[in-house]
Amino acid sequence: MAWQALADEAAIQEEEALGVQIGSHDIAICRLDGQIYAIHNICTHQYARLSDGYIEDGCIECPLHQGRFEIKTGAACGAPVSGTLRVYPVKVEEGKVWVELGD
Amino acid sequence: MSRIQHIVIVGAGQAGARAAQALRAADTDLQITLIGEETAPPYERPALSKAVLLGEASPDSALVETSTYWSTQRIDLRTGVRVEAIAPHEGYVQLADGSRLQGDQFLLTTGSRVRPLPCAPTPRAGVYYLRTLDDCARLSTEMQAGRSMVIIGGGFIGLEVASSACARGMQVSVLEREATLLARALPAALADQIAQLHRAKGVTLHTHAQVSSIEPTEDGLGVSAVRLTDGTRIAAEVVVIGIGIIPNTELAEAAGAQSADGVVVDAYGRTTVSGLWAAGDVTNHPNAVLGRRVRLESWQNAQNQAITVAQNMLLANPVAYAEVPWFWSDQHGVNIQVAGAWEPTAQTVWRGAPNAERALAFALVEGRVVCAVALNQGAEIRFAKKLIESKRVVSAEQLADPTLKLKELLAGPPSTSTH
Ligand SMILES: Cc1cc2nc3c(=O)[nH]c(=O)nc-3n(C[C@H](O)[C@H](O)[C@H](O)COP(=O)(O)OP(=O)(O)OC[C@H]3O[C@@H](n4cnc5c(N)ncnc54)[C@H](O)[C@@H]3O)c2cc1C
Ligand code: FES
Repeated sequence: MAWQALADEAAIQEEEALGVQIGSHDIAICRLDGQIYAIHNICTHQYARLSDGYIEDGCIECPLHQGRFEIKTGAACGAPVSGTLRVYPVKVEEGKVWVELGD
Repeated sequence: MSRIQHIVIVGAGQAGARAAQALRAADTDLQITLIGEETAPPYERPALSKAVLLGEASPDSALVETSTYWSTQRIDLRTGVRVEAIAPHEGYVQLADGSRLQGDQFLLTTGSRVRPLPCAPTPRAGVYYLRTLDDCARLSTEMQAGRSMVIIGGGFIGLEVASSACARGMQVSVLEREATLLARALPAALADQIAQLHRAKGVTLHTHAQVSSIEPTEDGLGVSAVRLTDGTRIAAEVVVIGIGIIPNTELAEAAGAQSADGVVVDAYGRTTVSGLWAAGDVTNHPNAVLGRRVRLESWQNAQNQAITVAQNMLLANPVAYAEVPWFWSDQHGVNIQVAGAWEPTAQTVWRGAPNAERALAFALVEGRVVCAVALNQGAEIRFAKKLIESKRVVSAEQLADPTLKLKELLAGPPSTSTH
């Protein structure tokens, strides 16, 4: 699976996340300062979808216990989450958000 | 004060573990020893009555970090070791084997233990308490479909066990001493909804239920029933006792620290004995948001108070721990969240009509939100916490209006009226 069109760009509001499941991937597509980003959608702490959480100060916050990840890098910002979430390459073409899934 | 070289943390639960991590993050050279009586590496307890007890998550998923993490962080984690005494002035702790371990500063994170039921003070065949991973593993093997379970205590833990046992096909009864469940923690109408939720799932609730004894089977190898003081006999193959917890204050008291419903600490985490700090369940600490002292039994406090206190141990200018208290519970697939502390005498404001699937209530005191309780509306709690923290004056009408977003209430100009 290389590049896939996963969403309409217009559907992604500033500081909101859209969760998209495709194959074994669960991806949160987010918009920050106009730019679109795609990040692994599952929290490192327990099972929660980050797209159900909040975006603030460039971070996505887990809805369960407020663990935060930097959207641009995937880096965890402190307890209870740790490590780095996968960040997917993104491009926008003809109003569609394309994400490179790799394998 | 000479530079601190070695900090010894007593109690390797969630608070101790988060404190050790925070110390390491603050100082790469510090020697850190984390001592815990349990054999498992540090773990979080909430899943023990939920996903792990349900069999949906593995015990390992509850670990704070993988078991190899601690050595890679050069944190000397000593599990299965009980600390017998702390001598902050002399600078050592005494371990169960009689040996002494030197340290410069000490952090007490000994948490709580279960409150024993007088007629069954220790677990025995068929009778369980739930606090540790071991407790959870033992209880879990007893939870087979069709068997009967009686839970003594209708608090959050008891009700979560009821929910998990129900999902595993058991016949469940809950015995509560008071007239209603969760009477002190939630608004009455919501506690009612939760009681109804349990009944709808097939749980039998007995209120005003005083236990007089737990009756063994004829061969003495298990239990057959729970007997109430009014003579009622409730058949049970498995009994779970969840009647509260007691903070483990003894080590601090023996070291001369003041304790009153928890080890007394200031907003920075200092006990009344110099060199001895405390965090987590074991503390009785001032909460600036609530304007009073509290002893909290919560995941949030175990993590965040511990982090702040650990950082303070190394700071010349310590920082007060002052967060809006928050906790959650999951029962029969319904998520309950409470921010602040429920005040039965406060004005109760409902946002929409409450039902067992969805509800949001606020406690208002002099126009300020002091507590919010949500069923399946966790998303609102985030803004409710900010409302509580801001001490902003809002009207009951504004809060009750579901078309007015809480986020907007926070952003708008402060309301001046208090009606
Ligand atoms: C089943 C269950 C479900 C829960 N669910 C929720 C929930 O949904 N939401 C929520 O907010 N909270 C929940 N809690 C509460 C939360 O888990 C506790 O508040 C938290 O564990 C407190 O952490 P702590 O580190 O302060 O204390 P503890 O977790 O009690 O850890 C203290 C540790 O210190 C050790 N220790 C004590 N004395 C000594 C000694 N002398 N020497 C060496 N070691 C010692 C103990 O063995 C223990 O391992 C739940 C608790 C339980 C038991
Ligand atoms: S599951 Fe995400 S912070 Fe706990």
